[in-house]
Amino acid sequence: MPKNQIVVALAGNPNSGKTTVFNNLTGARQHVGNWPGVTVEKKEGSCSYDGHEITVVDLPGVYSLTAYSPDEVVARNFIVDEKPDVVVDIVDATNLERNLYLAVQLMEMEVPFILALNMMDEVESRQYKIDTEAVSREMGVPVVQMTANRNKGTAELLSEVVRSAEQKPGAGNIRLEYGREVDREISRLMEALSGNDLARKYSPRWLAIKLIEGDSEIINKFELSSNNQSILKTREESLSYLKTIYGDDAETIIADARYGFISGLLKDALKKPALERVNISDKIDKFVINRWLGIPIFLLLMYGVFQFVFSVGTPFMDWIDGFFGWLGGYTSGISPDWLGSLVTDGILGGLGSVLIFIPNIFLLFIAISILEDSGYMARAAFVMDRLMHKIGLHGRSFIPMILGFGCNIPGIMACRTIENPKDRLTTILVNPFMLCGARLPIFVLLVGTFFPENQGLVLFSMYLLGIIVAILAALVFRKTILKGESSHFVMELPPYRLPTLFGIVIHMWERGRMFLVKAGTIIFGVVLAVWFLSSMPWGVEYASVDSWIGQIGSFIAPVFAPAGFGQWQASVSVLFGFLAKEVVVGTMGAIFGVEEGILGGAIAEQLGWTPLIALSFMVFCLLYVPCVAALGAIRGETKSWKWTGFAALYTTVVAWVLSVLVYQIGRLFVQ
Amino acid sequence: MLGAKSNIRGVNYMSIKKLSELKKGETGKVVKISGSGNIRQRLVDMGLVAGCNVEMQRVAPLGDPIEIKIKGYNLSLRKEEAAGVSVEVPK
Repeated sequence: MPKNQIVVALAGNPNSGKTTVFNNLTGARQHVGNWPGVTVEKKEGSCSYDGHEITVVDLPGVYSLTAYSPDEVVARNFIVDEKPDVVVDIVDATNLERNLYLAVQLMEMEVPFILALNMMDEVESRQYKIDTEAVSREMGVPVVQMTANRNKGTAELLSEVVRSAEQKPGAGNIRLEYGREVDREISRLMEALSGNDLARKYSPRWLAIKLIEGDSEIINKFELSSNNQSILKTREESLSYLKTIYGDDAETIIADARYGFISGLLKDALKKPALERVNISDKIDKFVINRWLGIPIFLLLMYGVFQFVFSVGTPFMDWIDGFFGWLGGYTSGISPDWLGSLVTDGILGGLGSVLIFIPNIFLLFIAISILEDSGYMARAAFVMDRLMHKIGLHGRSFIPMILGFGCNIPGIMACRTIENPKDRLTTILVNPFMLCGARLPIFVLLVGTFFPENQGLVLFSMYLLGIIVAILAALVFRKTILKGESSHFVMELPPYRLPTLFGIVIHMWERGRMFLVKAGTIIFGVVLAVWFLSSMPWGVEYASVDSWIGQIGSFIAPVFAPAGFGQWQASVSVLFGFLAKEVVVGTMGAIFGVEEGILGGAIAEQLGWTPLIALSFMVFCLLYVPCVAALGAIRGETKSWKWTGFAALYTTVVAWVLSVLVYQIGRLFVQ
Repeated sequence: MLGAKSNIRGVNYMSIKKLSELKKGETGKVVKISGSGNIRQRLVDMGLVAGCNVEMQRVAPLGDPIEIKIKGYNLSLRKEEAAGVSVEVPK
């Protein structure tokens, strides 16, 4: 590697302002990917400083570097395996006591690192005095002060990065003491480790500490190779010896030593005013999450988010829709006919069905950024956790479900705020049962025709059915295929902070682009495929009973007979509903060749539908396969075709079973 | 060490409670954390260790989880998770 190439890893607690520092360093020169093998996001960016080309890797925000969560393993493995030139530990300087716990673990790893004390403006306004020289001296690393959300200290950090990349500060020059007995066992293990493969790759002292702590990852590494049995045996001896002396678990002793070191350090380096002011966050929380106002305020904010994402988005969506309609008016005239149809129904139709979601998605991520960055998201989870925990999920699962009522795609994408992978996957899988806005036209049409007396009640029962099925499905998943320890709810309620515009814009752009690329290609492809099926065999009328899709519809129609709607018209509509749920109505209209106003009557007359059949059809449309855009979002979020396929399949099976039940049981009572 | 100190002060002045049972505004000192490895490790990582001071902030509107203040910041956890934390409080 040429000398002026530097790799920096950013480490730090969640809410320490790490992302802001990353944005300040790299600006728009960043891209999001994935860490190999896990669904943890990997952000990388670059910048140049003083003739050096610096690659910045944003590690997942973690409180510790044990091996209990994928985030921690990813962060740790990058540091010890990839050996970045220097690690920058971003620290919320208003809360050194907890934030330095991570820094102490970096000291143990004996890697070169810089301590970046962020939020120095808040430190000042709280009248704390931090003796940065003392911190630097006692930890043996350079210390930089910064206020990232005002972009202060970025240049200082960069110049320190460049200097440290050469000098490798903090790499094992100060060592923690864990008490005489533990220190002796560490030395004993280090002796046993000498000449070992792993000890050549990693710091032997760090390995010894991890062995005593009982770190599952590291122990696994030792177990995999056969000549390490003596080391594991020494470990057993050390552990049982320590247990007889301290009575406590070894990991507790080590954690105590770390906190002990920190409090010793802070005694010298941190002065707080004798009388601390009540901080603003506590004052806000007295109001925002109190016993009586907590839920009303949450619901009000949710209503606001919902309105923002969907109402503000509607005019933009109408423009996009209008634009493609206008364009289609021209292209449909292109001859030969098949080409006009390909351009209009296929290409423009495909592009339109991707772009139509862009306003919603951008607005959603603006809303999520504001909720997250301000600190309210954690409160929302705090308020809703009890309810969600009852169905085996986490407080954070609530918001995606609510958003699903507008559109499942933002709902599914909002699931990325859920940390636990199994909770996240469960919430993604059940989200399509939330009755989204696109399904509403189907229900409005059928309810108006078949249940004129009880329109509101029937429509409401559809919403309710969706919720009940989602809850049941979540319960079943958490007990079967997504079984696992229910995620804990040990979560920081971070101080309220003002979100930065730059942070919001970057976030919105990244996610929006990801949707366009990941989901967009899938949606576009499927729309083209459906166009093809509707236009073949050559010369057939588009989407008629003789077209391939019409033939498929006729072929599968008997499957729906037990549910009461075994006519080819119904099954073709259902097939087209896969493109977008509102298309079900449009397809029926096209098949019967009537305006929407009298479509309900036409269905009742020509297909002979009774209210019961209509109800059964509504149940099916409510629950069956998510639209292709939603599936694209599921694929984008889960990064798995397997789960995407599963989502398509199980929802359809559930829909079929329930609509058959509705029809068959209903027949016993009416008729 | 901590245990020894409280013995000198005498059992009459202090009592041991579960963290989940603290009342709003009540303060105490953590004496022991039991419970399964995963949760316990997480609590330790978040700074909840023997000897640290805690203050009960509030209970969530639906009755669970709870919010506490430790090491100058606010932490929320479910009652079932807090039940494994023993806290020494003035009687």
